[in-house]
Amino acid sequence: MADTRPGAASRIIRWIDYRLPFVAMLQHELYEYPTPRNLSYWWNFGSLAGIMLVVLIVTGIFLAMQYTPHAEYAFDSVERIMRDVDYGWLLRYAHMNGASMFFAIVYIHLFRGLYYGSYKQPRELLWILGVIILILMIMTAFMGYVLPWGQMSYWAATVITNLFSAIPVVGQGIVTFLWGGFTVGNPTLNRFYALHYLLPFVIVAVVLLHLIALHRFGSNNPLGIDMKGPQDTLPFHPYFTIKDLFGLVVFLLIYSFFVFYAPNFLGSTENYIPANPMQTPNHIVPEWYLLPYYAILRSVPNKLFGVILAFGSIFLLFLVPWLDTSPVRSARFRPIYKWVFWLLVIDVIALGWVGFNPPEGLVVTVGQIATLYYFVHFLILFPLLGKLERPRPLPLSIGTAVLQGGGAQLGRAGAPVANP
Amino acid sequence: MPKRLVAAAALSAMIFVPTPSARAADETPSLPHQEWSFDGVFGTYDRASAQRGFQVYKEVCSTCHPVKHLFFRDLADLGYSEDEVKAIASTYQVTNEQPNDQGEMYQRPGRPSDRIPGPFPNDQAARVANNGALPPDLSMIVKARDGGPDYVYAVLTGYKDPPAGFNLLQGMQYDEYFPGHQIAMPPPLSDGAVTFADGTPSTVPQMAHDVVTFLTWAAEPNLEPRHRTGLKVLLFLVIAAGVFYAAKRKIWATIH
Repeated sequence: MADTRPGAASRIIRWIDYRLPFVAMLQHELYEYPTPRNLSYWWNFGSLAGIMLVVLIVTGIFLAMQYTPHAEYAFDSVERIMRDVDYGWLLRYAHMNGASMFFAIVYIHLFRGLYYGSYKQPRELLWILGVIILILMIMTAFMGYVLPWGQMSYWAATVITNLFSAIPVVGQGIVTFLWGGFTVGNPTLNRFYALHYLLPFVIVAVVLLHLIALHRFGSNNPLGIDMKGPQDTLPFHPYFTIKDLFGLVVFLLIYSFFVFYAPNFLGSTENYIPANPMQTPNHIVPEWYLLPYYAILRSVPNKLFGVILAFGSIFLLFLVPWLDTSPVRSARFRPIYKWVFWLLVIDVIALGWVGFNPPEGLVVTVGQIATLYYFVHFLILFPLLGKLERPRPLPLSIGTAVLQGGGAQLGRAGAPVANP
Repeated sequence: MPKRLVAAAALSAMIFVPTPSARAADETPSLPHQEWSFDGVFGTYDRASAQRGFQVYKEVCSTCHPVKHLFFRDLADLGYSEDEVKAIASTYQVTNEQPNDQGEMYQRPGRPSDRIPGPFPNDQAARVANNGALPPDLSMIVKARDGGPDYVYAVLTGYKDPPAGFNLLQGMQYDEYFPGHQIAMPPPLSDGAVTFADGTPSTVPQMAHDVVTFLTWAAEPNLEPRHRTGLKVLLFLVIAAGVFYAAKRKIWATIH
């Protein structure tokens, strides 16, 4: 007979759990947590983003131990990290490229949400928390980019903070307040450093809220219909832990390729020139993940209006759950939206291309059309499509769709509309 | 699925479409690609070339350009022995960081732990000596220019007579690859400008190639450990991906 009495370790855990049900919570939220059985690999990007956030915080803390936040020394201290700190080059390249990877993952995650209608009732707050995370990420990334105090750091800081001068009356005062002086200078660098260290932990807090909201109703899924019972779900562990792990390794392959073999591919060569307030680079460009917003900003001849549209393009996302009037979540069952979605993807990539190039000739025209389409997409097409489009019939349940070999086929076969 | 693939292909095609940019507008010809020992996944620095490049830097470039981020001790990476590094350092005079007992700053022979001193005490002195132009620091130059090593090589070998009708300002040189074509630096290299100890003929392309190898090392001294570590990491991840994929298939086998 095997000894069935609980061991000492397990008795300690029980003692603690009785008073502080932490392990029980983990058991419930990570182990048993029912997950739609039909999740595709597009659902890997949430956990990937979480892991990437941790990687950035850890590499960032070690970089902070070696970095000097002073206008005179910042550039040289970064070079010292690259040359003399053990594996400093690895820390810095992992952090630098990690930011790009984090944005790439989050953008895919966001577009996945748009395609499968993950923001719809009852997941509106989940979506809104996601948009808040995106805004915090943009602020953090922007301030982090300033820290090496290269030419692009300095001039990006100047251009972006100057946007606030477009605000009537108080604008210039706000800019001076942000700078802590009358130009971008050492006080600016110091506060950006303090905030760049703080904001990631704010992001962690919002991510926890995002997870609480997610676990309230569970993940959406490619069919966009609700889980109706055990036949529709699988426990998170081991089915999705292993799927996430496999996805993680594939992602790490791409990430490592950049870190080890193309570490400066996504960056600007200008940022290896120390900041020089007397010399403006002839072509100021933000990092790739901010290019679409930059393109919107520059597409409008009026500065104030440009700033409003650029900020508006992000804040618009808060309204998406109410702008989309279609009762069907997944684009699989929305014959028109399915195509319109890809127009938005193309539009955003076109905006990125516009943001990268100097605003001349064709670039300006494309930028204006793409900016217009961006807003038309959300403000006009989203509400309109919900009314005009006739969705295809939805499968009865996730379980039946999976067992009969895919929801799309079932839909085409004309199964009864269960949940219009 | 195929629809998505087509869309993805179309999108990636859009990203890589050549664009009419400001760079194209000033009619700089595209950079010819040189063969570099440090290219590619297995790339390493050709030590002999980098040592010759250091000689070119020391005898030619260092008259005007500093390499602020380099210490003499770093030269050991290029295959110099400890004694050779000491000998190189001692040929330079450096200002001691601390004053002497009388409170005066003083000069002494360099040591491996010293930064390689630049030609001028400060930027203003450099400008005065160079017609108002500031010769940039070279320790980062390869990473600080689009095109990297190919660009630096092209500028060094790109001096030409200006085309007819080109308005060359006084004191400027025409360079095919320099943005705007007007460069304040006189042609730095000429055949036979240095004498290489290993007997390599010192032609302009040879010296340019060697000095760019040296400068690339100066800008990215950890390229070799980076390439080596990367190979191990990628190999590990490829195997891990296989293992996890197999595990995923096995765990999900009873589900579908």
